Amino acid sequence: MIDRAAEPLLLAEGVEVAFGGNIVLRGADAVVRPREIVTLIGPNGAGKTTLVRAMLGLVKPGKGRVQRRPGLRIGYMPQRLHIDPSLPMTVRRFLELGGRARPGAVDAILGEVGAGHVLSSPMQGLSGGEMQRVMLARALLREPDLLVLDEPVQGVDISGQAELYRLIQDIRATRGVGVLMVSHDLHVVMAKTDHVVCLNRHVCCAGHPRSVSRDPQFVALFGAEVASTLAVYAHHHDHHHDLDGHVVHDGGDGHEHGEGCDHG
Amino acid sequence: MMAGMAMNMGKGAIMDEFLMRAALAGAAVAVAAGPLGAFVVWRRMAYFGGALSHTALLGVSLGFLLGVSPELGVALTVVAAALVMGGARGVRGLSLDTLLGIVAHAALALGLIVAAWLDDVRLDLMGYLFGDILAVGWADVGWMWGGALAVLAALARLWRPLLSATVHADLAQVEGVDVRRVELAFMLLLALVVALAMKMVGILLVTSMLVIPAAAARAFARTPEGMGVLAAVAGLASVALGLGASYQFDAPAGPAIVVAVSLVFVVGVFRPKDA
Repeated sequence: MIDRAAEPLLLAEGVEVAFGGNIVLRGADAVVRPREIVTLIGPNGAGKTTLVRAMLGLVKPGKGRVQRRPGLRIGYMPQRLHIDPSLPMTVRRFLELGGRARPGAVDAILGEVGAGHVLSSPMQGLSGGEMQRVMLARALLREPDLLVLDEPVQGVDISGQAELYRLIQDIRATRGVGVLMVSHDLHVVMAKTDHVVCLNRHVCCAGHPRSVSRDPQFVALFGAEVASTLAVYAHHHDHHHDLDGHVVHDGGDGHEHGEGCDHG
Repeated sequence: MMAGMAMNMGKGAIMDEFLMRAALAGAAVAVAAGPLGAFVVWRRMAYFGGALSHTALLGVSLGFLLGVSPELGVALTVVAAALVMGGARGVRGLSLDTLLGIVAHAALALGLIVAAWLDDVRLDLMGYLFGDILAVGWADVGWMWGGALAVLAALARLWRPLLSATVHADLAQVEGVDVRRVELAFMLLLALVVALAMKMVGILLVTSMLVIPAAAARAFARTPEGMGVLAAVAGLASVALGLGASYQFDAPAGPAIVVAVSLVFVVGVFRPKDA
C-alpha cells in the first residue's frame, strides 16, 4: 500500500534548531511519503513539536534543510487551541476561517469527523474530543495532501482516543493523504503507524514500529517493561474499535476484551 | 443631538458649534477605536495599548522640541514604540507584561521631563493627559475623520487574516497568512488610533476607548464582525452621553466620556439573559 518510490511529501534532513543558544534538536531526519503515517515519539522536551514546526516552516532551522513537494497542501492541527472567551465565534465560522471551502464542505466534513452536531456551537464550549475533531475538520477542509497532527488526542478521554486514531486511519485510507503525527500513546503508535521516529533531542531510532520497539535505544528511552508490553500487544491484538468506541473482534485466539476496553 | 441639546438650553450658536465639533471628533474616534479595540480585547492587549499611549506624551514633547507639530511627534513616537514593543519578547526572565510596564512609565516620565524643559512653549499638560475635546477646531475634526476612515479601510482589508492570526498564529501561518506582516499592520493601526483618541480622552485614558466599548459589545455580539460594529455603536453612544453629561454637570469632557462608556459596559454585564 505504501509506495516507497513515490516522491516524499515532506522531508527534513539534518535539522538543527536552537532557542537562545540552547540546541533543542540536532541532526534530525524525517520523511513523510504519500499515504504513509509517520509518528514522532519521545519524552517531553524531546523536540517533537520543534521538529514539526521546523518541517512546517514555522521555525527556521539553524542547520539542515526542509523540503516539501512543490504545490504541497498541508492541513495542520496544532497542539492546542485557545480562543479567548471574549471572541464570539461559532464552529462554523472557525472552519470557514481556514480559507476557500467549497459550499457545503464545512457541513460535510464536520459530519465526516463525527462532530456535525456542534456546527453552531461557540468554540469555547466544546469538549476536548469535540475540539480535536473540529480542528481535524479544519485541516481536512484544505483538501490536503499531508495532515500534520500535533498530539491529536490531547484532552480526549481514552475511548475517544481510540476512535480518533481510527478516524485518522480511515482518513488516510479514503483520502490517500500522508500523515505526520506527534503522539504520546506508544501502544497506538506501534499498532497503527507505518513509520516511527523516536526523538530525544536527536533521532534515537527510526523505522517500522516493530523493529523500533526492539531497538536498544528505544528500550533505554522508554524502559524495558514498556518495550516488552508493546511486543506483547503486537501479537495479541484481536479487535479494533469502531467509531463509537465499541469493540469489534477481528477473530483469532487472543484474549477477550470487554466493552469499554481501553487499549485498542 | 448635542447641538439640539445646546439650543434647548438657550446657549446660542457658539456653544452649538463648539459641541458639534466635539461630537464629530468623538464620533471619529469611536468608529475607529471600536472595531480595532475588539482585536485588542481578543488578543489580550489592553496593557499593550496602555503602554503605547503612555509613550505619546514623549511624542508631544519631542514634537515641540524639534519644532514639528505635536501630532506628528505623537504619531512617529507611538509608531516607533509599537514597533519596538510589538517585536519584544520577555528578556532575562521578565515577562513582556513587566517590560511593558517599565517602558510605559519610563516614557511617560521622560515625556514629563522634556515637557518641563520646553521654555518657550507652555504645554497644556492637563489637556494632553486627560484630553481636551472641547478645544478641537474644524481642521482637527477633518484630520480625525480622515485618520478614522483610513484606519477603518485598512482594518477591513486586514480583518480576515488578522482574525485568523488571532485565533491561532501558527495555524494561520501554515494556511498562508503572513502573520508577521498582518500583526505589524495591526500595531500601526493601533498607534494611529492612540494618536487620534489622545485628543479626545487624553493619554491616560486612551486605552479605555479601545477596551471598554469592545468589552461592552461582547455580551450582545454573536459574531466577530457584530462585536466590532457594536463596539463602535457603544463608543458613539458614550461620546453622546459623555458630552451631554459634561455640558449638563460641568464635568471634564474626556473623563465624562470614559465614565459613560463604563456605564454602557455595566449595563451590558447586567442585562437579562437572552434578552
